Amino acid sequence: MSAARVGVVTFPGTLDDQDAARAVHLVGAQAVPLWHADHDLKGVDAVFLPGGFSYGDYLRCGAISRFAPIMEELVPAAGAGLPVIGTCNGFQILCEAHLLPGALTRNASLHYVCRDQRVRIEQTATAWTNAFDQGQEIVLPVKHGEGRYVASDETLAALEAGGHVVVRYVGGNPNGSLNDIAGIRNEAGNVVGLMPHPEHAVEELVGAPSTDGLGFFTSILKNLVDA
Amino acid sequence: MARVIVDVMLKPEILDPQGQAIARALPRLGFSGVAAVRQGKRFELEVEGPADDAALAEVRKMAETLLANTVIEDYTVRVEE
Repeated sequence: MSAARVGVVTFPGTLDDQDAARAVHLVGAQAVPLWHADHDLKGVDAVFLPGGFSYGDYLRCGAISRFAPIMEELVPAAGAGLPVIGTCNGFQILCEAHLLPGALTRNASLHYVCRDQRVRIEQTATAWTNAFDQGQEIVLPVKHGEGRYVASDETLAALEAGGHVVVRYVGGNPNGSLNDIAGIRNEAGNVVGLMPHPEHAVEELVGAPSTDGLGFFTSILKNLVDA
Repeated sequence: MARVIVDVMLKPEILDPQGQAIARALPRLGFSGVAAVRQGKRFELEVEGPADDAALAEVRKMAETLLANTVIEDYTVRVEE
């Protein structure tokens, strides 16, 4: 069988695309670079939207990226079931693009937070978390100034009732996120967004706090092989 | 040419830590009597032609699409006299 192909999108101002590509490679999949200005998903099996400061975070984080040519391809593809994950700025883009509900706003502390964060996997029924155990606690780096998840009371209640909260902060909330939400999924479970960075926690050699992030990448591989 | 103003504010129920920080700073600077501060964005659009109903409808579409994230923000559109 040929290797699963995971697209990694680069916008102007994206920072974490190389780490994401490396993480994809480490689990035995092929990372396919996708360029923001292209109308081309290159037939990939899944897409990773990495973190950074796409388009300088002008206006709002993710507000300009949402209209990039690649997103015109990605939004309908995600709607049709293509597995997509966004971390940090990628999560912000998914919310701005209305692929996920709610929005990410300025940290309650107003401080940029960069630390190792304990989180709990609340939902394994997604394309990106099926390799974890339900309730498993892992450690991932967080690094953001605008990661406070907010949504209307109705949306929040629907997320909780439907089991759409995928990752939750434990041992301290870094940004004031409602219900300690670190990551969510869409109704179908193929689209996941989270503020922590699995792609920065895949190799002991670089001093990562853990290699827990690998689970997100083995999940997508398992998902694609089983499909 | 006409100038159309779009004011974008976080919805009342959304926490505004920047506004709160400003409110806390004011007394330190000797200003009193301010109970609360909310911070927002103001866009000034120079539109070609008159600011008629059609132009304002177009600006409202711009606000919905790009200027505001209506999940968390409200906006108002007015013509500057």
